[in-house]
Amino acid sequence: MTAVIGYGPVGGEPGEPRIDMKTWIGDWVLPSPIMTASGCSASGKELDPFFDLTRIGAVVTKSVMLAPRSGRATPRMAETPSGMLNSIGLQGPGIEAFVEKDLPWLRERGVRAVVSIAGGSVEEYGKLAQVLRYCEEISAVEVNISCPNVADRGQVFACDAKLAAEVVSNVRRIIPSEIPVIAKLSPDVTDIVGIAYAVVKAGATGLSLINTTLGMVVDTETLRPALAGVTGGLSGPAIRPIAVRCVWQVHEAMPDIPIIGIGGIGSGLDALQFILAGASAVQVGTMTFNDPSSPQRVHTELARALAERGFGRFTDAIGYAHRPHDEPLSEFVADAWAEDDRAGEGSDPARPLSSGAAG
Amino acid sequence: MPVQVRGEVLGVRRAGQYHVLTLTAPGIPELARPGHFVGISVGGEGTGMILRRSFSIHKVADRGPYGGTLDIAFAVHGRGTAWMAGLDRHDSVDIVGPLGRPFALPREPVSCVLVAGGYGSAPLFMLAEQLRERGCRVDFVLGASTEDKLFGVLDAKRMASTLTVTTEDGSLGEKGRVTDVLPEIIERLGSSVVYACGPMSMLAAVADTAAAHGAYSQCAVEEAMACGIGVCMTCVLPVIGDDGVTRMLRSCIDGPVFRGDRVRWADVGTVPADTWGAPAGGHR
Repeated sequence: MTAVIGYGPVGGEPGEPRIDMKTWIGDWVLPSPIMTASGCSASGKELDPFFDLTRIGAVVTKSVMLAPRSGRATPRMAETPSGMLNSIGLQGPGIEAFVEKDLPWLRERGVRAVVSIAGGSVEEYGKLAQVLRYCEEISAVEVNISCPNVADRGQVFACDAKLAAEVVSNVRRIIPSEIPVIAKLSPDVTDIVGIAYAVVKAGATGLSLINTTLGMVVDTETLRPALAGVTGGLSGPAIRPIAVRCVWQVHEAMPDIPIIGIGGIGSGLDALQFILAGASAVQVGTMTFNDPSSPQRVHTELARALAERGFGRFTDAIGYAHRPHDEPLSEFVADAWAEDDRAGEGSDPARPLSSGAAG
Repeated sequence: MPVQVRGEVLGVRRAGQYHVLTLTAPGIPELARPGHFVGISVGGEGTGMILRRSFSIHKVADRGPYGGTLDIAFAVHGRGTAWMAGLDRHDSVDIVGPLGRPFALPREPVSCVLVAGGYGSAPLFMLAEQLRERGCRVDFVLGASTEDKLFGVLDAKRMASTLTVTTEDGSLGEKGRVTDVLPEIIERLGSSVVYACGPMSMLAAVADTAAAHGAYSQCAVEEAMACGIGVCMTCVLPVIGDDGVTRMLRSCIDGPVFRGDRVRWADVGTVPADTWGAPAGGHR
C-alpha cells in the first residue's frame, strides 16, 4: 500500500497524471502535500462526509487549549472582499476531552493528525505538550503562537522573537524528537524572517506560514464594529499575496527548513504558487467553508498542474521560482511546454511559468 | 449525512417580497426532513464572495424526469442573494445538504401550532404535511411587520385547520404580533407543541409564551453562518444541556432547531458567565 499511496491524485482516477506527490516535513513523510488548516476543519469528523480524509496529507485540528473554552460572543464573523474576518476566541473542549474523544476518531479512521495547540503562557504550552507526548496517534504538533501572553500585557507570542522561541523550545523539549514540531507564524510582524530564525533555532522542525492578519470591519448600519471582539483575523484569498511573500522571504533565508504555506488556497494553481515560492506542503483553510471538498480537489488539481509543467515529482517544484534569473527552465519543464506548443495548446498567456521566466 | 452536489436551476419566481428558487440537487430532496437547510455557494466562478449562504429547505418534490427538486425561499439582502435572484434556468449551482438537525416530530397525534415571522414560515409547510400524516392537528400563525412581508399565506390556509395572521401595521389580519394571539390559540386548542421559525426576538417570545401555557416548543434559529457544516464555530448561541450546563452550541450542527426551553434567549449574542469554559465563569 505504501508504494502506491504516494502516487496519483486522490481517488486515483484512471487517466490522471502519475505524479509522485510525496513530501517531507523533517523525517515525517506525507503521501500528499495537502492538509486542512487549523480552525477550518474542527476536529476532522465534520469534513468526513465530503471526502476521504486519509487521502490528503493530514488534518490539522482546531487549536486546543488546556481548559475548555466558551469562545467569544457573537457576531464572530464578517464576510470581506475575497475573504472573511473572524474572532472566535479559540472555543474548544480543552486538551483532556480532545485527547479522549477527538483523537481516537482520527486514529480509528487512519487519518494523519496534526494537533494544533494554543496557550496563554509558556508554561501552558508545556503542559499541553506533556499531555500530547503520550499520544501515539499524532503525526505532528503545530504550535499556534498567535495568542496573547497573559503574563505580559497580552503581548502576542508570535510578534516577539524571544517569546516565540521560548514557547517553541519548551514544546520541543517535551514532544518526542521523532514527532515534528511546527511553529505557525503571524504575518503581523515587521520582520518575519527574524521570527522564523528564532523559532528554528529554538528547535522548530518546520514553519506554518501564515496565520490570519489582524483586521476590522465597521458595520455601517449599526454604526459599530461588526464583530463582538472588535478586531478579528482576516483570512481567505485576500491575504494570499501576503502569505506567498512570507513563504518566499523565509525560504530564501532558510532554504532547508520545511515550510507549510497557508493563505487563501482554493485551487491547485493557488497551491502551486506557494510550492514554487518554497513551501513543502500547503494547508487549505477558509476556502473549505466555500467548498468542503476543496482539500481533495486541490490535491488533484495540483497533481495535474505539476504534470502539465513537466514535474514528475512534487518535491522538484519546491522553491523552483527561486532559481537564478539566467537559469533556464529545467529541461523537463521546457519539454512539457514544448509538447504543449506542438499540440497547439501552448498560447495561454496566463501560463504561470512563462510569465515567471519572463520576469 | 450531507452531500455536496451540482444542482441545476429550474426557475426563480417572485413571491411577494421574496424569491423562491427551484433546483435539482441530486440526493438532497430524498434525504431532506422539515427543518433541514442547505448551503449554496454564490457569485459564480472567480467571485469574491467566499461564504456559502444558508437557507432552510422550503419544499421538496419528485418531478419525474428531473428526479427530486427542492425549493428555497429567500429575501434579497445583499450581493449574494441578489446574485441568486438573477439566476436563470439551467444555471449550475453548488449545493451542500441536507444540513442541521430537523424538527422533532411528536409520537402521538397531538395538536400543534406552527408560528412564523416573515419568510421564517418557509420550512413549516413540509413540517405541516408530515404532522398531518401523523394525525396531528395543525394550526398556523403567520406574522410580519406588513402584509407584503408575509410568506405562504395561501399554503398555510390550505394545510391548516385554522390560520391566524398578524401584522404590526394591521395591513392584514390582526394588528400586533404573533405572541399577542398565541396564548389564546394554545389554550383554546389544547396545543401540545409549538413549532416556530423567524427572527431571534420572535423565537424568544414564542418560547416563553409556549412554556407559560404548558406547551413544548421547537424553534429553528437564524444565525449568521460561515460554513454551515460545523467547522467554523461562528454560529453559536448559549444552550442549556441535559446536564443543566450552558454551552455555546453551533446552530448548524446542534441546531438549527432547538428546544425553546433550552436556549438562553435573553443571552443570545453574549457568553453568559456560567457557560462551560467562560472566561469569568465558574466552569473552566
